[in-house]
Amino acid sequence: MLLKELCELNGVSGNEKKIREFILTQIQEKVDTFQVDKIGNIVAEQKPASPNLPKVLLCAHMDEVGLFITEITADGYLKFQPVGGIDPQILISKPIAIGNIQGIIGTKAIHLQKKEERKQILNIEDLYIDIGANTKEEAEKEVKIGDYAAFIGTCDTIGKEYVKAKALDDRAGCALILETLADRYPCHLLAAFTVQEEVGLRGSKVISNYLQPDLAIVVEATRAADVQECDEEDWNVTLGKGPACSLMDSSTIYPPELIRKVSDLARISNIPLQFRKSTAASNDAGNIHKAGSGVPTITLSIPCRNIHSMSSMICKTDYENCLTLLRTILCHIGEFCSE
Amino acid sequence: MSGQNLDYDLLKQLTQCFGPSGNEREVADLIAREVNSHVMDSRFDVLGNLIVRKPGKGKKILIACHMDEVGVIITAIGEQGYLYFAPVGGIKNSDLSAKRVLFKNRRMGVVNQEKNPLEEGKPSGKFYIDIGVSSEEEARKIVREGDMAVLVGDYQETPSHILSKALDDRLGCFIAVELIKQIQCEQDLYFAFTVQEEVGSRGAKTVVHGIEPDLALILDTTLSFDSPKEKNRTSLNRGAAVKVMDRTIVVSPLIKNWMAEVAAQQDIPFQWEIITAGGTDSGPIHLTGSGIPTGGIAIPVRYLHSGNEIAAKFDIVSAFQLLSALLQNPFQEI
Repeated sequence: MLLKELCELNGVSGNEKKIREFILTQIQEKVDTFQVDKIGNIVAEQKPASPNLPKVLLCAHMDEVGLFITEITADGYLKFQPVGGIDPQILISKPIAIGNIQGIIGTKAIHLQKKEERKQILNIEDLYIDIGANTKEEAEKEVKIGDYAAFIGTCDTIGKEYVKAKALDDRAGCALILETLADRYPCHLLAAFTVQEEVGLRGSKVISNYLQPDLAIVVEATRAADVQECDEEDWNVTLGKGPACSLMDSSTIYPPELIRKVSDLARISNIPLQFRKSTAASNDAGNIHKAGSGVPTITLSIPCRNIHSMSSMICKTDYENCLTLLRTILCHIGEFCSE
Repeated sequence: MSGQNLDYDLLKQLTQCFGPSGNEREVADLIAREVNSHVMDSRFDVLGNLIVRKPGKGKKILIACHMDEVGVIITAIGEQGYLYFAPVGGIKNSDLSAKRVLFKNRRMGVVNQEKNPLEEGKPSGKFYIDIGVSSEEEARKIVREGDMAVLVGDYQETPSHILSKALDDRLGCFIAVELIKQIQCEQDLYFAFTVQEEVGSRGAKTVVHGIEPDLALILDTTLSFDSPKEKNRTSLNRGAAVKVMDRTIVVSPLIKNWMAEVAAQQDIPFQWEIITAGGTDSGPIHLTGSGIPTGGIAIPVRYLHSGNEIAAKFDIVSAFQLLSALLQNPFQEI
C-alpha cells in the first residue's frame, strides 16, 4: 500500500531524500517530465492534450516533523531540538530513529521527581535521547551533532476504517497526488512535492518563484479535534465526514467563489465535504497564492487526530473521498478556471 | 491642488462599502467607476488588486493604498442558529462584545459571549453572532461558513473631523481617487488599490508584478497617540505623517528627507510616523525584485480597527497636498 510505504520512510524537514527517491520511482510512468529543483522540491508534469488547457498545480509536502541533535553529553546522552511543531509531552519514552540507530527519549523518572516537578509541563530541555552509549566517545561513533531523529511508528489499520501512522501529515497528501496522477485530465497538470513545509513553508517559497499556474490545489492533513473536551463548533474537522475545504488560515484567505464551486461540485457528486473551522496554522498555499500576479488556490485536507505525533490517525473513507473529489475537480476543471 | 474641494460624499460611500480582506470587490467597483474617465488602463490582478494608470513621460511612480478592512469570518453554524467566528485582521473577539456586524447581503448581527454552564454569571470566553434566527436551518438561508462580516460604523462628518468605520484605509483610497481626478503632472502614475493588507499585506506582494516602478508611495492610516494624558507622538491635527519606520520597513533617509523638504517648501504641515508594531503595504513592496525605493504618507486615526474611527480633515487635506506636491517635484536621485 502506497500510503504505508510513504509513512514508514523517514523525511524530517531538510532531509527528505528518501521520500523524494520513493516518489521519483513512483511517478516515472505517470508523468511526461519531472525535475528536482535546487532546494529539493519535485515538480512533475502531465502535458496537456491541447495548448489552451488550464495549468493546474497539485501540491503536497514531503517533510515531516522530527528532532535535530544539538549536543552529546559527557555520559553519552543526546540533547535535541524539535524540527517543526512538536508537543514535548508526546515524546517521553518513545523510540526514535537516527539513521539506522535507535534511541529512546528519556526524562527524569517520576520516582525521582520532586512534588512540584510532577505538576510541571516538561520542556524539550528536560528530555534527552538514550542510544545505549556509556560515554561521549561511544556516542560520537554512532551520532554527530546535526543528525536528524525521526519518529518510529508503523502504519497499521485500526478498527475497520482508521489508519494509524507517523507522518500522515503530509504523506497522505503525497499518496493522494500520486494516485491522482494515475489518470489524465483535461488540463496541463503539474504536481509539486515540496520540502521544508513544517519549518515555515520554505520549499513552496521556491516553487512560487518559477511556477505560475491558473489554479493550485494544496493537499494536506489537518488537525482534528473531535475529542471529548471540545465543543462541536471547536472540533475544527471531524474524522469520517470527508475531506476538509479550508476557508481561511493564518497565511491564506481562500477565494469565496472557489470554495463555493468546490462545495457545489462535492454536493452534486455525492462526495462528503466539510469546512475547516479553525483559522489557525498555515500551509504551502500561503506562498503559492501570492506567486506572480496571484494564483487562485484551494486547500483540501484529510482530518487527522494526534497530528505531529508518531501515532496520527486518519479515516480511510476521508482519504478515498478526497481522492474522488480531486479527480472530480480535475475532470470539471473548466468550471474552476473560467471567470 | 489645495485640497479644499475634496468630495467628502465619496469618502462616505467608500467607508460604508463592504470590504473585509479577500472580499474587496464592492470597494473596487466603486473606485473603478469613479476613476474610469480619468485613467488610461484599468485592470484587476488575480488576487483582486485594482491597478489603474495615468500615463506620462516622467518617472514611473506607484501610489498604493489598501481597500480591505478588518472583520470576522464565520467558521461554524450552531444548532440554534448562532454563528461562530474568527477575526480577520487585527481585532480581538473581546473587543466586539455587544457590537453590531454587517454581512455582504446587508444582514446585521450582534456579537455576544457564551455563558459558562458551570459557573453562573461568568462568561466562558467564547463569542458568537446572533442574527435573529431560531434554527440552524434558518441561519443557513442567510449565511454560509466562510462568509465574512464587518463592523457597523456609520459615517458622520463634522466641520473638522470624520467619524466612521473603515477609515483605515478608505481614507487612502479617497485621497488617491481625488488625486486621480485632479492631478496633471509629467510622471507615469500607477495607482494600486490593494487587497488583503489587514491580514499581512498579501495583495502588495503581487501588485508590483509587471510594473517595476522607480518609486512607490504608500498611503495608509496610522495610530494616533493623543488620547487623554498622551502627547508628543503622532497625533490628529498635526498634518500628514511621513513614514520613518514600522515593523516591515525602514524608509531610506533620502526618501523621507525629500518628502519632508517638499512639505516644508510648500508649507504643508507634516509630522513623523515612527512605530515599531504593525506593517503596511510598504513592507512587501519595497522588497520586490531588486528593491523599490519606497516612502509612506499616513493619516493619523484614533481607535483604529474599532468600527468607530476618527480622523481630522486637516490631516486629510495635508496628505492630499503633500502627495500632489511630491508627484510634481519628484525625487531626483532615482
